[in-house]
Amino acid sequence: MTGALTALYRYVPLLLLAALWEGLTRFGIVSDLVLPPLSGVIASWFTLFEDGGILYHTGASLLRGVSGLGLAIAVGTTLGVLMAWIVPIRVVFRPIVQMFYPIPKSALIPIMMIWLGFGDASKIVLIFLGCMLPVTVSAFNGARGVDRVLIWSARSLGATRGEVLREVIAPAALPEILSGIRTALALSFLLLVSSELLISREGLGYLIGNFGDAGIYTSMFAVVLTVSALGFAADRLYLLFVRRVLAWRE
Amino acid sequence: MNAAAPSRFERLRPVLSLAMNGASIVALLIGWELLGRSGAFSRFLLPPLSLVLGRVADDVMSGLFLTDVVQTLYRTLIGFSISAVLGIVIGVLIARIRFVNWLFDPIVSVGFPTPKIAFLPVFMLWFGVYNLSKIALIAFNAIFPVIIATIAGTQAVEKELVWSARSLGARGREVLWEVVLPAALPQIITGLQVALPIALVIALVTELLMGGTGIGGTMIRAARFADSLGVFAGIVEIAVVGWILIKGMELMRRRLLVWHAEVESVSTV
Repeated sequence: MTGALTALYRYVPLLLLAALWEGLTRFGIVSDLVLPPLSGVIASWFTLFEDGGILYHTGASLLRGVSGLGLAIAVGTTLGVLMAWIVPIRVVFRPIVQMFYPIPKSALIPIMMIWLGFGDASKIVLIFLGCMLPVTVSAFNGARGVDRVLIWSARSLGATRGEVLREVIAPAALPEILSGIRTALALSFLLLVSSELLISREGLGYLIGNFGDAGIYTSMFAVVLTVSALGFAADRLYLLFVRRVLAWRE
Repeated sequence: MNAAAPSRFERLRPVLSLAMNGASIVALLIGWELLGRSGAFSRFLLPPLSLVLGRVADDVMSGLFLTDVVQTLYRTLIGFSISAVLGIVIGVLIARIRFVNWLFDPIVSVGFPTPKIAFLPVFMLWFGVYNLSKIALIAFNAIFPVIIATIAGTQAVEKELVWSARSLGARGREVLWEVVLPAALPQIITGLQVALPIALVIALVTELLMGGTGIGGTMIRAARFADSLGVFAGIVEIAVVGWILIKGMELMRRRLLVWHAEVESVSTV
């Protein structure tokens, strides 16, 4: 009970913010052409929810995000660990990773416009390529940081190279890999929303841009808040998952 | 750490690394050129590297390169500076004053993981499509890592340091400037090192989405007119900017933390 109360007390400032928003617009201090009242935004969210529009576009966006990010995690982790584990692979890929790392990932958006156009593929490949590098780098750093004594001990106890990789390196590198994936998760939302705002015919980013262009600001704010809530929820769920996975470390 | 018996690769590494570091990049670039010329992809999809570099050279000569780079850098650095100054101030206030902590902590912890790019149309509505909205959105995105790093750094300062300073007669403000901030500096700079690439990514996104001047604006115009050379040239140009910013930040870290017993500066790889 006290826990619930403390949590409530902790989040009072957010309620104050919401009340401030509603108050400013209700009493006409801020024009509703600039900021629609929060109550109106919530009402139009329910309208969007009932006619299924927001569900359809959320589905489209999530499908792109999950596919791109999933690919990035699979390929990035593999590449990073292999780079740490096998010298020739490191020699070939490390300079390339270093070269591409400082390029802002959003620069890929116009390339994807040229290569893949408007559809799902351009967003999935964009998220895949953009999110792969942070995952690769964290997997590489994590796997390299593994204490050599652990590896030697495992080897001397008769573990094969494959077993060492599975039983020693992967668990030891996990915390760093998981934090790299968190960065990639945030990046995937950024790339998804900005590419959908720019070139798309479905998805939440498209919906925001469409309502904005049409001047239907209550609906635009409703979708903006939906995207924010989804991003926030994804991050919190991921942190919960990480705590589960790393529970053995305590 | 035990001294490991150097493996075959370990012993050859200094010689190998220099040659190999360049080798795979050169191979990649030659591969790009050959693939572009081979006709496997159209010139539109994959223009050969030499043509792209020619376009970059043209942009440099015509002055477009310089004006674009300056515009993009200007927005990135102004937005970044605002987020750095405000972020450090807010972070210190949150760490030191209970009321500010109560008021801002939930806002920061919700704001940090939220995809703030979704607010881009809102910023366009409020601040237009020129520098003001671009810089505001950059600062809005880059400020959260700075705040969080400042809070963590300030709270991690050893109590003994503060007590010693106090017992030697330092007052609150002196303790802050002479003890707390310098001790928290490594973490704060790490936060800034996270914020700077974010600022650049967002600068490019705002330019892509709102158009106008800057590398992003030029790239999106090129993409709309199916001028793929222009798009690829833009990638090369933004890569140069990104590289300058990241190296500059590493240099600054080393300068500012000369006195600090850091083992080695944080590097990307």
